[in-house]
Amino acid sequence: MLLITCPWCGPRDETEYHYGGQAHVPHPENPGELTDEQWAAYVFYRDNPKGPFAERWMHSIGCRRWFNVLRDTATHEVLTSYRLDEPRPGGNR
Amino acid sequence: MTAQPLPEHPDFLWRTPEPRSSYDVVIVGAGGHGLATAYYLAKNHGITNIAVLEKGWLAGGNMARNTTIIRSNYLWDESAAIYEHALKLWERLPEELDYDFLFSQRGVLNLAHTLQDVREGVRRANANRLNGVDAQWLEPDEVAKVCPILNVSPRTRYPVLGATFQPRAGIAKHDHVAWALARRADELGVDLIQGCEVTGFLKDGDRVVGVETNRGRIHAGRVGLAAAGHSSVLAERAGVRLPVQSHPLQALVSELHEPVHPTVVMSNHVHVYVSQAHKGELVMGAGVDSYNGYGQRGSFHVIERQMAAAVELFPVFARAHVLRTWGGIVDVTPDASPIIGRTPVENLYVNCGWGTGGFKATPAVGWTFAHTLATGEPHPLNAPFALERFTTGALIDEHGAAAVAH
Repeated sequence: MLLITCPWCGPRDETEYHYGGQAHVPHPENPGELTDEQWAAYVFYRDNPKGPFAERWMHSIGCRRWFNVLRDTATHEVLTSYRLDEPRPGGNR
Repeated sequence: MTAQPLPEHPDFLWRTPEPRSSYDVVIVGAGGHGLATAYYLAKNHGITNIAVLEKGWLAGGNMARNTTIIRSNYLWDESAAIYEHALKLWERLPEELDYDFLFSQRGVLNLAHTLQDVREGVRRANANRLNGVDAQWLEPDEVAKVCPILNVSPRTRYPVLGATFQPRAGIAKHDHVAWALARRADELGVDLIQGCEVTGFLKDGDRVVGVETNRGRIHAGRVGLAAAGHSSVLAERAGVRLPVQSHPLQALVSELHEPVHPTVVMSNHVHVYVSQAHKGELVMGAGVDSYNGYGQRGSFHVIERQMAAAVELFPVFARAHVLRTWGGIVDVTPDASPIIGRTPVENLYVNCGWGTGGFKATPAVGWTFAHTLATGEPHPLNAPFALERFTTGALIDEHGAAAVAH
């Protein structure tokens, strides 16, 4: 089981949280101008790295707030967690 | 019902050749899908200058980690067609491969615990029958006749309100399936090369012309990827992005018991599925862990919940001990259906996205992916499962019949 630190509530067991997939996926700025390929990329395609991955979690049975976690998908190590308005630690990759 | 002894197998079922510098077709991944593809390429299409490359050991990935269930009771026409083709092939494979891998058509029950489950189950059984798939709807008393150890009391937290039943579904001994396919492929001239990891792709412009491996460069007319959980990592090295997410999927077995469980029981709602292996272990699984991961292990609470569900459904299991748990890495698509076909890169083909259900499809994957690799065109059975469906919107949303939450 993962031990995840909520930025507001502190470290709690994984079972307190809901997983939300990849973080930092912005909604298209001009949706009306997107091609079918661009829509497919936005709706269906996400990164799937073997290594550090920035992802969203919600503290669903705690403060119910969303935040981001940087976690290594190969080792399951939770590297850090941070608020949605903060940039990904260490840059994009 | 009696416990069956495992089939004997000789020490050496296939050669251990050095990789050659060039092949007509290179298949990446010597799991069930890769082996079946090589077998049908040789048998159906006469293409035998093939290498199957495996970074670990033959069939040591998800093929060694799955829960061996075979069925074809999927909802949508496209899915029913390909899984039913697989089931028909399974029915003749032991004889064709001359290998008794203990294919046992003991049937599968998919339980319903809510009114919505009941409606979905009845609908799916009707859809199955329209597609020539054997399926029926059973009321709780009929469910109890098929599986007497199942608790169909109305006083459980989520009572069994009925079930779909596919009598031709069953289980097979997964390792032996792989070895049976490997032996035949080897006899037909296919090079099965273990300990050979693909680290990159050789390209000529937009075409793939081979692979880079830890054992040198291997040129290939066509390359087929069959790497399950690692498909997106591999495809990225060829510059192809796949709409899959990799998740850990856990399974477990109990100690050995006398034969008590006559069929396969699956439940989406309380989320457990159980069968009994030929040797006597109870084999159980549940859904994927929610997060992405490649660690081949998952979280304990997933196991805890499935065991609670299993004990409520099968009070007779209450004192069974867990012998072993393990995890595989499954590649999940947004519509819970696989991707089989061309990629944007010429001569590079992909078979992936089977999520939690790849084992049952093994022969049909081999049949259709071999066709695609041999002709460059999809077989009618895999045409709907092209990568383009995520752009066109022609999805095959099979979350319900995939049976395992993902």
